[in-house]
Formats: sequence, C-alpha cells, structure tokens
Amino acid sequence: MTKRYALGIFEDEDVLMHAIENVRAAGVKIYDVFSPYPVHGIDDALGIERSRLPIAAFFYGMCGLSFALWMQIYMLGFDWPMIIGGKPHIGLPAFIPVSFELTVLFCCHGMVITFYTISGLYPRLKVPVMDVRSTDDKFVMAIELKEDADLGNLTQLLRANGASEVNEKEMTKE
Amino acid sequence: MQHVSPVRIPLVTSGKTYHDVTEDVCRQVEAKPNIRWMAALSVALFFLGVFLYSVYRTLWYGIGEWGLNKTVDWAWDITNFVWWVGIGHAGTLISAVLLLFRQKWRTSINRAAEAMTIFAVICAAMFPVLHMGRPWLAFWVLPLQNTFGSLWVNFNSPLLWDVFAISTYFSVSLVFWYTGLVPDFATIRDRAKGPIARRAYALLSFGWKGGAKHWSRYETVSLILAGVSTPLVLSVHTIVSMDFATSVVPGWHTTIFPPYFVAGAIFSGFAMVLTLMLITRVVFKLEDYITLEHIALMNKIMMITGSIVGVAYITEFFIAWYSQVEFEQYAFINRATGPYWWAYWSMMTCNVISPQLVWIRRVRYSIPMTFVLSIIVNIGMWFERFVIIVTSLHRDYLPSSWAMFSPSIIDIGIYVGTLGLFFTLFLLFAKFFPVINMAEVKSILKYGVDNGPTYGGPNTGAQQSAYRPTGAPASAPVNYNKHD
Repeated sequence: MTKRYALGIFEDEDVLMHAIENVRAAGVKIYDVFSPYPVHGIDDALGIERSRLPIAAFFYGMCGLSFALWMQIYMLGFDWPMIIGGKPHIGLPAFIPVSFELTVLFCCHGMVITFYTISGLYPRLKVPVMDVRSTDDKFVMAIELKEDADLGNLTQLLRANGASEVNEKEMTKE
Repeated sequence: MQHVSPVRIPLVTSGKTYHDVTEDVCRQVEAKPNIRWMAALSVALFFLGVFLYSVYRTLWYGIGEWGLNKTVDWAWDITNFVWWVGIGHAGTLISAVLLLFRQKWRTSINRAAEAMTIFAVICAAMFPVLHMGRPWLAFWVLPLQNTFGSLWVNFNSPLLWDVFAISTYFSVSLVFWYTGLVPDFATIRDRAKGPIARRAYALLSFGWKGGAKHWSRYETVSLILAGVSTPLVLSVHTIVSMDFATSVVPGWHTTIFPPYFVAGAIFSGFAMVLTLMLITRVVFKLEDYITLEHIALMNKIMMITGSIVGVAYITEFFIAWYSQVEFEQYAFINRATGPYWWAYWSMMTCNVISPQLVWIRRVRYSIPMTFVLSIIVNIGMWFERFVIIVTSLHRDYLPSSWAMFSPSIIDIGIYVGTLGLFFTLFLLFAKFFPVINMAEVKSILKYGVDNGPTYGGPNTGAQQSAYRPTGAPASAPVNYNKHD
C-alpha cells in the first residue's frame, strides 16, 4: 500500500525544533523526523515515550547473573565436586568474575538484539528512504497525507516555520 | 540541556558544515585506494605472512619452537597478550568512560579507537590460544558437555576467568562499535554511486533511516552499553592481573596489581591511539577534526596514567621492603640490578620519566614530540610486562632452578607478526569504514561555535528563540569572534 507524505526539509537543528513545536500546536500529526544525528530533546518535542530498553537490559543482566551462578554452583558443587586447593566446592568469591562477565554479556547482547528487532533493523539490499539528504545534512519532517489532504496549507505552515523546501513523496508502507 | 560557555574552543575547527563532515569522512571511503595506502598495506601483509609462517612452525613442530624453558615457562607469549589487551583498553575508555563523563571531544576519535580495541583483542587472543599447543582443542576452555564423565572447567582459576572476560569484552566491544557504525553506513549508502557499494553498504547499514524514535533508542542503547562497558573494561584487566596476583610467585603476589594493570593498560592504549591518530589525521586530511587540542588532551591522560604507573612501581618496591619477606625483597632487587637490569631501566625511563615531559605545554602540542613519546611509551609498556613476567620467574624460590630466557626467532616472528595482523586490519578498516563517527561529530559541530544550540526543550520559556530565516542556517561558516 502506498502512502503519500509531505516532506519539510530543514537546514538547522534549532529551526527544526521550533517548527516541530509549532506544527504540532497547529494540530498536524508528524509521522517522523529523519535527522543526520540524534537531536537532543526531539523525543520530548515529538511526544515519543522514553524507551523501555533499560528495563529490558536489567532483565537480561539478571538472567545472565542467575545463569552464571546456577552453572557454577551446579557444575562444581553438585555435578562433579572436586577439591581444588583445599577450598570449599561452592566458593562464591571465586565465582564473582565469571558471574559478572556473564551478566554483562547477557545484558549487552540481549539489549542490542532487542533494539535491532523492535526497530526493524536487519541487513537488506534496498532501503527506501524519504530523502537521501537526511543522512547527510538535512532534517526531514515527514507528515502523512490523507487522500484529500490540502498540500497548499501544509506547505505554507512548514515554510512559515523555516522549512527550506517542501516536497511530496510516495512510499510503499512496510 | 547543558550550559555551553561562550569561551569554549570549538571542537571542530575551520567552521565545517554538516555536509563538509560527510564529504571529509566519506572521501577516502569513496576514493580509489591511493599509493601510500597500498604501500602500507603491502608492508602489513608482509608481516602478516611472517605471523602465519611462525604460527605454522609453532603448530607443526610444537611449543619447543619458542624460547621457553622449564623455569621460564611463560615469557613473550603472555607479555604480548597483556600488552595487546592493554592497548585495546583505550578504545573502550574513550568510547565508554568519556561518554559517561560527557567529554565531547571523544566523538572524533572514538570510532578509530574502538576499532583499535577490537583488532588489539584479536591479536591478544592469538597468544594464549597458540600457547595451548593444540589450538584445535581450544573449546576445552568452555564448560561444555563432554565424554570424560561430566568433568567441568575449574571456575576457581583466573585463567578461566580470562576466557570469560576476554570473550565478553571482545563481543561487547564489537556490538558497541557496530551499533555506532550503522548510521554512518547509512550515510555512505545514500551517497554511493556504484551498485556494488550501494548494496554492500545497504546490507551493512541494517536499513537505518535516522527516524526520531530510532535515534532515541540508539542513544539509550549507547548510554547503557557505555555504562556496562566501563566496569567491564576495568574487570578485564583486573582479571588479567589476577593471572599473576593469585599465584605465589615473588613479585606477582601483590594486591596492587589490579589498579596498577588497569592504569598501565590505559597508559599504553592512549599511546597507541596517539600513534594511530597522528598518522590517520595527516593521511586522510582530518586535521580539522582531530585537532591539536585532542592531541593535548590525550597527552594529559597519558601523563596522568603514566604517573599512576610510576607510583605503582615505587609502591611495589616499598611493600617488598616493608613486608620483610626475603623472597619478595630479592625479586625486586633482582629486577633493578640483576641480569635483566636493562629491561627494568628501559621500563622506568620510558614509562615514568618520558611522560613527565608532557607537563611542558610545547611538548603537549607538538606533533613530532607526541609521536616519539607515544612510541616510547608503547615500548616501555612492553618492557613492563616483560620485566614483571620474566624477572619474577627466572629466579624464584629454588636457586638450583634459576635460568635465563632468550626468545627464539619464532617468538619474535609471532610478535612482529601480530603487529602485521593489527595494521592489516586497521588499514582495511580505515579504507572501507568511516574512520570518524560522522553522526556524533555532526551533533557537536556547533559546540563552542555561535554559543551552541539554544533550544532547551518544549515549554522551558527561558531560552531565547533561535529562529533564523531560512537563508542563514547556523551551520553555515560562522565568525568565531561574534558574541552577541
């Protein structure tokens, strides 16, 4: 299904931020803003909720910690107990390094895999982008156009808020 | 929103625009390989050949090809291992610790430094694996189900901790580095002209488009990876030092080892970053991004960690005397005055005295001096590990077992060979990957220029509107003297 978008091209971060505020105040729903670098405060301005990835990361870390402790206690304490240097079978202080490393390992990889999955990022040959300049030096505000949308008014609104160009683009929605 | 002082020096000089950053960084990725790069790669490949030949000799004829003997059964292999791992640590320090401390100057060096981390850890991993003698059984270090009953690995052993630490460190550094590369691959993809380049970078870029939600998550992921990598990098060299500290060999059995090794790692790592950056900035014409300020700042970190290492050397001597343990005392006297005195005093000169030159401003800002210093420090840190390992082993409790160590040609071949491996990987990285994190550099481009960004988030009310008419974007060349 193809959708039409109005693309407001901005040259500057500050102009863009004020434009977002004004466009949203005018009651226009912004589909997304594509920028060459992470613009600070843009998630608040667009009303994007804070990512829950830190919670996921904590959860993965705890999984790693539990797994590491279980593995070491089970293997050396129960499955094949051996006396090593006259020390107890379950010597918890000696288990700290491996437990820490596995906590970090599970936390990082779990979080990164989750990030790529929920963001729909995976290797692919063709990437449909709104405007190729958005990965170079332009900030692109995309607004989804309804069937009978009035592009004229929208263009005027974006121009008045500092957009250097306003284009229209048809995209196949994923 | 943080306050940016009007007296800050811009991090990127010459008033670059966003597009200039893209052009300057993508230039060498898109250009045909030049003759200097080809020449450098040939030299690196030659040494990679030396590495492969030495590895072949080691595997075919066995560990007897090395200069080890019954007394000194750990020498160049573990020296090189610790040296390479240490070098790797600067990359994580720059990308993680300096991110947490909000040191924005790190943005133009973190990509290359992280690449250096990954390549250095690859080189480091070669040594313990080769020293196993039968590397095809390397999977025995993992707690896997096996046919010997269920005989598991020994979780009380620091060498096993090393396995977990190094593999975690390597894989976490790799995903941290790659996640940072994704937006830059997208930039190259969107500029690519040829069909092969476009497809290759499209695959590498994972379909990145730079939407606001993605950037928001990207920043969260970076921050958490940095937060977790910081204790990780400290733990890795702590565990490496425990390979020695948990033994009972005089000169190794000390509690000072973990902080001392971590400081030494950062010290040698920054020296290597400086060596690489000084070459890269000239070859790829990136002087506006890796400025003299960057070099001075890295010099300062090198000087501070070098001083910590110096204090550690003196503390070791003091504690050997203070402990009243005869063997400890002898180990340290033997280091300074025994048959390996030349290694000890090379270490002292290179690591303790030479970095103190950085107190002089002219040295700190001088490119030739910095380059020479960085090489000296790397030599010194290699000697430090050699001194700790060989002089402690060659004369310990039993004088009848005292022996000397000298490396064989294969020892030297493997060491020089890993340098070839490292530079081969680094040169390939420098040609095909963006050596500077474009996205992050663009985000600090206005830092110290034109008083930085003025937008303070919605509804703050306190900030002046930074609205400019469209004809004059703030990223256009700016007059630095303007403080209106």
